[in-house]
Amino acid sequence: MEALYQKIFDDPEFRDLQRRRSRLCWVLALIMLVTYYAFILVIAFHPALFAAPLGDETVVTLGIPIGVGIILLGFVLTGIYVYRANGEFDRTTAAIVRRLHDSD
Amino acid sequence: MLHRYAGGLAAGFLVPVAVLAAGDAPPAAAVRGAVNTTAIGMFMVFVIATLGITWWAARRTRTTSDYYAAGGSISGTQNGLAIAGDFMSAASFLGISGLVYTSGYDGLIYSVGGLAGWPLVLFLLAERLRNLGRYTFADAVSYRLQALPIRTLASCGTLVVVVLYLIAQMVGAGTLIQVLFGLPYEAAVVLIGVLMVLYVSFGGMIATTWVQIIKAALLLLGSTVLAIVVMARFGFSFERMFVEAIAVHPNGSAVMAPGGLVSDPVSAISLGVALVFGTAGLPHILMRFFTVPDARAARKSVFIATGLIGYFYLLTVIMGFGAIVFVSQNPDFLVDGTLRGGNNMAAIHLAEAAAGDLFLGFISAVAFATILAVVSGLTLSGASAISHDLYASVLRRGRASEAETMRLSRIASLVLGVLAVLLGMAFEGQNVAYMVLLAFAVAASVNFPVLFLSMYWRRLTTRGAVAGGSVGLVTAIGCMILGPTVWVELLGHESPVFPYKYPALFSMLTSFAVTMVVSLLDRSPAAAREARAFDHQYVRSITGMGAAEAARH
Repeated sequence: MEALYQKIFDDPEFRDLQRRRSRLCWVLALIMLVTYYAFILVIAFHPALFAAPLGDETVVTLGIPIGVGIILLGFVLTGIYVYRANGEFDRTTAAIVRRLHDSD
Repeated sequence: MLHRYAGGLAAGFLVPVAVLAAGDAPPAAAVRGAVNTTAIGMFMVFVIATLGITWWAARRTRTTSDYYAAGGSISGTQNGLAIAGDFMSAASFLGISGLVYTSGYDGLIYSVGGLAGWPLVLFLLAERLRNLGRYTFADAVSYRLQALPIRTLASCGTLVVVVLYLIAQMVGAGTLIQVLFGLPYEAAVVLIGVLMVLYVSFGGMIATTWVQIIKAALLLLGSTVLAIVVMARFGFSFERMFVEAIAVHPNGSAVMAPGGLVSDPVSAISLGVALVFGTAGLPHILMRFFTVPDARAARKSVFIATGLIGYFYLLTVIMGFGAIVFVSQNPDFLVDGTLRGGNNMAAIHLAEAAAGDLFLGFISAVAFATILAVVSGLTLSGASAISHDLYASVLRRGRASEAETMRLSRIASLVLGVLAVLLGMAFEGQNVAYMVLLAFAVAASVNFPVLFLSMYWRRLTTRGAVAGGSVGLVTAIGCMILGPTVWVELLGHESPVFPYKYPALFSMLTSFAVTMVVSLLDRSPAAAREARAFDHQYVRSITGMGAAEAARH
């Protein structure tokens, strides 16, 4: 078992997969964090921006679609990750483990 | 202004109910309502059904894996519902809708903050946690670090969060039930204590999960119906809803814009840190990832939970605006110009105003069920830390039998239940909002840094984790005591020693800094061993190899 773990860790295909996986994780995490803190900072420093109505005909302010949009963004980002991880990433990982296990 | 306001708001998001009203008036001022037989009847149906489930679960609970992790038999979708249930407390339901009712847009700020942590839990923690641990997050941290000190630290982090959270829930529940059901405060607190101990000690994780799933489904159903009824009154036009709300709300068109919630940037960011990283360190939520069979289901459960929580938060915004139009002008719901039972009652009164008595009973019963399900999850998490981490792993050095560990867990849940009831009574009528803020700050400053660094930073050592986690714990508690809420408002001092209301930003950064510095200075042989074990842990955390076997041990 110990040897197999080491072989997986050193495997070039596994390393390549992990590079792609961790890039996706961090990019998605940064999108969420940057968006959320930008939202909070606008509210702290320049709330007037969100108080502006969307148009002459409506009372809906810019802040409403942005707030709702961030909630939807969170949902969409989790969806993207689960789609990639439960599909491509899991398949590739399983294939690597099988290949190295059989070669034992 | 900012203080009182922001404190109340934070409470509104995190604490159940009436505690929020504590921002303005002490919860003791809550009037005991008339005895509501419809609500009590519907709640009884919920109690009987959940006790039936507990009996069924108890017969299926044979091993520690069944008891702590439902034998890994919960599906991704079921777990998603249960996670959403853990997070959609009465606080979010009544607190956020009450916040929208009083301040409009500011309620949405809390909804966004409550959601923002979930994607991070998925991207950074969920699957690795599932692959490394068995029953508690301490399992994952002690995978390559020394079990005794790490589990002791993690148990402290867990128990502090659980007890603070339980007190807040108990005080909120007692007050809410006083108003909703017309029952005395003490009776409500004891009733909740007894039921949660029954669920947890007999039914373990299987019962706790199903109670949570049923409650989540009821809460989503009730909120959806209420939102549809409200929107139907506006011809399903958001524009009309907003126009009518602006017309009757004392702040006029200001309800559509950010108000005074976060005018101080440091507090704003610190609150954001507590919400986002605190969510990622809540022990009763982290524990849920062990109830699913594999990483795939763990990921799916966060996806489902994020969707449900986001959807639910949008409904609370509709309920809040609906209450502005239908409740704020109706003399039936007002006492001396303010809302009967406090601003957190907005959604409850709306149920009566928009859909009648029967629906009011249903929504009240759902609110009670919500509290009950959340305290059960907390109690199970605390009992697991005591029995699995402290007793079986630390005191008995892993030599305790399964039967012995489970027996201790049942005793621990009883002790936690008694403690929660006693503390709930001791804090009656007091402002306990700061306790939930503190619970989130501790989760963000002890549990999250240790868990995150153990998975992502090879150089983390046991010494570093214990030093940083302990300092984080002390900093969070110290800053809260010396800050404006406790030092000035509760203890009556002139000015705070620590100027900010939310300590999370400072305590979390301190925790990370101390952990990293001590780890880097650690030249012990143990530190070298721990660094070498990182590759092994890494492969396991990604592939899940061996995780299935470990779960069966």
